[in-house]
Amino acid sequence: MRWLLGKDLLILRRSRLLVALLVFYPVAIALLIGFAISAGPSKPRVAIVDETPPGETLVLGGTRVGLDEYTNQLFSQVQVVRVPTRAAAASRVASGDVLAAIVIPSDIVSKLSSGVSQAQIEVIYNGNALQQSFVRSEIDSTLAQANLALSEQIKSVAVHDLNLLLSGGQLGALGTHEIIGLRHLPAKLGAIAGRLPPGEDRATLTRIAGFASLAANNLGIAADVLTTVSQPIAAHSTLLHGKRTPLDTYAVVVAVSISLMFLCVLLAAGGVALEREEHVLARLTRRSPGTSMRGESPASRSRGGAGRALISPGGLLAEKVLLAAGCAFVVALAMLLGVSAFVSLDASRIGLWVLALVFGALGFGALGVAIGALAREVRAASLLAFLLSLPLVFLALVPSGSVASGLYDVIGAVSFVFPYKAALQALDAAVNGASPGVGVSIAHLAGLALLFGALARLGLRRAE
Amino acid sequence: MNSPERSKDEPVLSVRSLGKRYGSREALRDVSFAAHAGEMLAVIGPNGAGKTTLLSILAGVQAPNSGSVSRTAGEIGWVPQQPALYSKLSVAENLRLFARLERVGDPDAVLARMLAQTGLAERADERVETLSGGNQQRVNVALGLLGDPPTILLDEPSSALDPAQRERLWEFIAALAARGTSVVFSTHVVAEAARYARRVLVLDEGSLLFDGAPEELVREGGGGEDFERAFVSFLRTRGRA
Repeated sequence: MRWLLGKDLLILRRSRLLVALLVFYPVAIALLIGFAISAGPSKPRVAIVDETPPGETLVLGGTRVGLDEYTNQLFSQVQVVRVPTRAAAASRVASGDVLAAIVIPSDIVSKLSSGVSQAQIEVIYNGNALQQSFVRSEIDSTLAQANLALSEQIKSVAVHDLNLLLSGGQLGALGTHEIIGLRHLPAKLGAIAGRLPPGEDRATLTRIAGFASLAANNLGIAADVLTTVSQPIAAHSTLLHGKRTPLDTYAVVVAVSISLMFLCVLLAAGGVALEREEHVLARLTRRSPGTSMRGESPASRSRGGAGRALISPGGLLAEKVLLAAGCAFVVALAMLLGVSAFVSLDASRIGLWVLALVFGALGFGALGVAIGALAREVRAASLLAFLLSLPLVFLALVPSGSVASGLYDVIGAVSFVFPYKAALQALDAAVNGASPGVGVSIAHLAGLALLFGALARLGLRRAE
Repeated sequence: MNSPERSKDEPVLSVRSLGKRYGSREALRDVSFAAHAGEMLAVIGPNGAGKTTLLSILAGVQAPNSGSVSRTAGEIGWVPQQPALYSKLSVAENLRLFARLERVGDPDAVLARMLAQTGLAERADERVETLSGGNQQRVNVALGLLGDPPTILLDEPSSALDPAQRERLWEFIAALAARGTSVVFSTHVVAEAARYARRVLVLDEGSLLFDGAPEELVREGGGGEDFERAFVSFLRTRGRA
């Protein structure tokens, strides 16, 4: 086996372009996917047409709020491109310079201040279905946040007014009106009623004092009610298994596992297919006839035993798995160590990293030789490897709940019988301490390696 | 080297009642013959007659469904129809690799001998992918001879060669037979069988129709001096077509 291993390494060394592609392509794909997962979306460029008069202010319950303050809140999630007219905005959207345009009508202030009619803004967008969906989602999210900010503002004004009504104080910007406060009324009315002679006036005043007391008590909880109405649901998170995984370290795990898979599957599949493409497979695995031949008589057996194959089919497959797994392991470990310079990874867990990478590489290597045993040429093997590997990555990354439960079960079953998800879980557990643990995942990978190894052996037998 | 004192009467390869099926198709049926030391035996027949199947069973690439093959001590050398070489390796690297895989006693000595025998010493360091078809076939033959086998099987060895390359290849193969190696080769160029083989086996649809000297086939086919015409005539009268 060592001579074949040496031969394969020599061939790899002489195929520099292939090796460069094998290493850089999966690493580039992995990094792109990793960045896509970890990096938040950049702010979309949105054209804004503000038709309100400059310096316009919004008066809410006697409190004056600058419209700019509101629009700043509204547009904090987007990259604002200010344009003078609606036509100019539509032109920018049509040319693709901006993703969408928002037109703020001149009557927005009067509608917001009225408190009875809903203010409206116009959204102009374009593009394909994906872009349209993205724009609608972004604008809805932005509007929801702005509406929340506005309702907070209204709530704080309302709470202030309620407190003034309850506790009393100065009303108006110049403090010209003194308000007595609902809470003080019962005592003051009771004192006045005490000074009145018994009769109808005193009884009436006592009833009014009782009502004032009831009103003060009930209005006292109104501030809490307003807070609940403005934000009825608040989230409190509980993680059931494992520990919380930061998105950037998970992205590292995804990137490294993708590189490991591509490199390993392509090398193993290509290695086996190359033996067939060069017509060497039969030369390596043939056994000169002898006692192994069917119907052979004892006399003929005595004339010479069965010949010895240069390498057994199992040995050949094991050599390809070792070669692919070894090369992919070195690249993946180098990636992990390199990335750990930029992303905080717990280097004390390196033993677990190695374990997860080794078993992941063996699983992928076995899948690769199974593909190589089916294909007759290196190109066909490479194509098959890509066709199989890419969907496996995306299926493994589909979060539960994002698709219908039946479909998710199918996705789960497919992911279970191929090594990518198990390798991802093993590496996630090794790097981030995520659940399930490393032991469960590497046992899964070992089982898959045996399964695909057996399938590869069957495929090779079919080819013999 | 294989032993020159081996008796020419003793068969080095015996085939008895060999049969092979691919599904419902019978590729070989009840084929029996023997090959002797130093003998050049040609297997001829129309396309699909079973020549490659027969040789691949003798080489151990495929197992038969019935019958037996026995041989004297030592491996059977095999030269497949298409060169089975690593194109990214040089001539010497290919020979050295297979010498090591065959666990020959002194790989470097065997390498030097094979380079000398095949006349490829000057091209030892050239990658196989840069060689002509003829030279690739010489390396292919050399790989079949690495273990100095008493019997060598060649499957259409001259099919991809030009006339000059064919001539050199047959000179090389004839020299092997002269040194006592039993040579069994298949060819669809029947003139080569008449020219180089001491015996010919005619296969048609998996059955062995003739086993004898080329001159006998000419007589049975009634082709006069023309071996190819006699062969075609023989197939018309005895074959299944």
